[in-house]
Amino acid sequence: MTHESAELRLLAAEFTARLGPAAVITDRQRLRTYECDGLAQHRVVPGLVVLPESAEQTAAVVRACAAAGVPFVARGSGTGLSGGALPHADGVLIVTSRMRRILEIDPANERAIVEPGVINLDVTKAASPQGWYFAPDPSSQQICSVGGNVAENSGGAHCLKYGFTTHHVLGVEVVTPNGELVWLGGTTRDVPGYDLLGAFVGSEGTLGIATKIVVRLLRESESVRCLLAAFPRVDEAGVAVSKIIADGVTPAAIEMMDALAIEAAEAAVACGYPEGAGAVLIVELDGPVAEVEHTFAAVHRHCTDAGAFEIRVARDAAERALFWKGRKSTFAAVGRISPDYIVQDGVIPRTVLPEVLRCIADLSAGTGVRVANVFHAGDGNLHPLVLFDETKPGEAQAAEEISGAILDLCIAYGGSITGEHGVGMDKAQYLPRMFTDDDLDTMQRLRCAFDPVGVCNPGKVFPTPRLCGEVPGKHKGAHPLQVAGLAEQF
Amino acid sequence: MVTSTLGGLRAACGDVAEATVDDTVDGVPARWVAWPGSTEEVSAVLRAAARLGLRVVARGTGTRLNWGLPPTDVDLIVNISRMDAVLAHVAGDLVVTVQAGLRMIDLQNALALHRQRLALDSAGTLIGGTVVGGAVVGGAVGGVGGTVGGTIATAASGPLRYRYGSVRDLLIGITVVLADGTVTRSGGTVVKNVAGYDLGKLYTGSLGTLGVITEAVFRLHPLPEASRWITVPAPDAERAAAAIAAVRASQHEPVALDVDRGAPGDRVTVGVAVEGVTGGIGARAEAVADLLGAAAGALATVTEQPPGWWGRPPHPPQGPAATVSCEPTGLAELLATAPGVLRGSAGAGVLTAGLDDGDRLGAQLAQLRRIATRNGGSAVLRCAPSHRKAGLDVWGPVPALALMRRLKDQFDPEHRLAPGRFVGGI
Repeated sequence: MTHESAELRLLAAEFTARLGPAAVITDRQRLRTYECDGLAQHRVVPGLVVLPESAEQTAAVVRACAAAGVPFVARGSGTGLSGGALPHADGVLIVTSRMRRILEIDPANERAIVEPGVINLDVTKAASPQGWYFAPDPSSQQICSVGGNVAENSGGAHCLKYGFTTHHVLGVEVVTPNGELVWLGGTTRDVPGYDLLGAFVGSEGTLGIATKIVVRLLRESESVRCLLAAFPRVDEAGVAVSKIIADGVTPAAIEMMDALAIEAAEAAVACGYPEGAGAVLIVELDGPVAEVEHTFAAVHRHCTDAGAFEIRVARDAAERALFWKGRKSTFAAVGRISPDYIVQDGVIPRTVLPEVLRCIADLSAGTGVRVANVFHAGDGNLHPLVLFDETKPGEAQAAEEISGAILDLCIAYGGSITGEHGVGMDKAQYLPRMFTDDDLDTMQRLRCAFDPVGVCNPGKVFPTPRLCGEVPGKHKGAHPLQVAGLAEQF
Repeated sequence: MVTSTLGGLRAACGDVAEATVDDTVDGVPARWVAWPGSTEEVSAVLRAAARLGLRVVARGTGTRLNWGLPPTDVDLIVNISRMDAVLAHVAGDLVVTVQAGLRMIDLQNALALHRQRLALDSAGTLIGGTVVGGAVVGGAVGGVGGTVGGTIATAASGPLRYRYGSVRDLLIGITVVLADGTVTRSGGTVVKNVAGYDLGKLYTGSLGTLGVITEAVFRLHPLPEASRWITVPAPDAERAAAAIAAVRASQHEPVALDVDRGAPGDRVTVGVAVEGVTGGIGARAEAVADLLGAAAGALATVTEQPPGWWGRPPHPPQGPAATVSCEPTGLAELLATAPGVLRGSAGAGVLTAGLDDGDRLGAQLAQLRRIATRNGGSAVLRCAPSHRKAGLDVWGPVPALALMRRLKDQFDPEHRLAPGRFVGGI
């Protein structure tokens, strides 16, 4: 028996006594359920799983982990695509799925207060009878948790106009890595002191665990108009996007799919997009009727001018949903045309879109690896789907290489290695291509302020952990990061 | 000692001088001033300052140097005014990269030529800017206005924060020099980006206590084709609050929802700004006017220019003034009973109270804080003549203060950057 498992056994006993047997999982078969998140290439069976029901229980669990020097990882619905919730084999996985209460829906104060396990779409469902909604809408919104949205700073199709999760969170109650329960932010938009809330949102579970979240609610728009435009090639679709933006229009969403992505969506959900399209654009506008009618006409004109050969305008919500069905199902749909695929997430400046797409096409042609492109065209967020067949020798390797080359393209063109899926464990090795050692070291000063002993989701985001110097309180013997094999003392 | 210090600084930066009375920070005299011309030079100056153990305050135009508390000591002023270039503006990407010493008004004027703006209308920047026939109409109010760096460091905002948020929501990348001279960047030059920690939010509003900001990248928005302001003089706070609530619950999507009130008991003017295409703006403004008028029980007026008070601080530059926040449902009480002159974004729930420059200041601040706290918010004495701050609890309760201290210890372990200006003596 290893030293770690003895420690986990003690923790399991403590958690069982405190939280009850139903809240603790130690059985190897059941632990396997949690071995990966949405990034299934990486699997680690957690040492122990705990499902607390409240902030106080979560704090107690974290305090026990911190005292024992055992690493812990928080997990919501496990839909993350960068391995941010990948468990630690000798650590505790803290699952928030039993903290699923909506505590307050308060349109008069434009907010809701929810527990971290609440499903994203359920917030909107609870607020919509009164005409309000929660804006962040990642494709996984029917299953992903608000706590996960906070950790990842989730976006979605409509963040072009409405921003990301960070713009829609007023406050979080957090269990810090040493088990303290504190509020960052609050219920108003101006709280004295450093904006720790702003730093916490998007920190990928490395600064603590959110146990209550105050989210902003937005009033539903008076009018929503949506069109689907088909173009012969992605180049013309790209021109249309540029024209719309240059005209000063801020659509709620502009989404693009190329021929291969359309083929996959047709095979999966028969969305009935115009035949022969090399690219389709979905453009959605929302706002007051008097505004939208004018801008929608302009968008229609720009699509025609750019060379759209067919434009369909949604007549009602059902038709709009049909336009979106193809787009939102693309990731899964790719399974219809390829046994395996990698979902990539990179960002480029919108103006270099046609150029970068040509580079990706060249990469694809040069290697024979097929790449389907779907993306949030309005903000240059690409989601290339790199297709391969794991059973064929060398294909997985080639796909990995193309996928990495696409990230290099994003960096070379002044973009980012991730627009919404996060760094997690998947892209930690790529982060130094975007930032210098000094940049990363400075970011880790923040991590050290929250988690001086490095027990909170270690090994994620940063390729090399920073040793935090003088740790308040006692720490005898080797640094826990050394013990965990994650760092060397310099 | 003095000579060797000056020599050390001059070796790092070509332009260093002994400080004058103009370099006094909130009543605290400085000894030297450096005028670096680049991020690298700021880094060299801060490395020299670290070696010499100097306490450093960064400044631009000095517009908001009196925000927060006076620093406990200042040896060196790092004046970034010479760093005033627009480094890159790709109009098609709606992104701009600038040096921190650039004045906000100069930035806005440069962007307006491309029919774009940084949707941040803090005092001294472009208020009600719009483009008519290729020329920019609108201009600065409330003084010449501060720099980009000062705007970030103070998290200054204006009426547009209701729709567009404040500095934290528009800043997408930042370059900062830490106390030890380390040059560090976070974010990037694309709007959508979740790579690494978002340190820009930490520097925003930190009053120069974490580092010296040298460059910033912002997301931009198109300048609207047309704008209208709709104002209504509500006879009392209750009806003003009703008008605000009506706008909030409506689907008119205004970009600003502001109030202006003299003393408690005075009538409250509610102002709404709508922006959009010329073809739709008239009808939208009339609809807002009908709604405001009915809720406030008074006649609402539509204008093509902002009312005179729009975006102007309700107090002299030296203060005293407090930043007050509250939940939307607390506005009625705040507007009815808060002491001083009130103005600001009722929509965002963040207002400014101009307070008495006299013995009543402490009592007014305490009363504001009681009202704000009851309604989920806070009241901070943002600025005041230095002697008035002594003995007052400028910040009030600060949640998570222990974490903030640990953060300061990590970024500036010797506490040499703007010591004492920020919360909890940070």
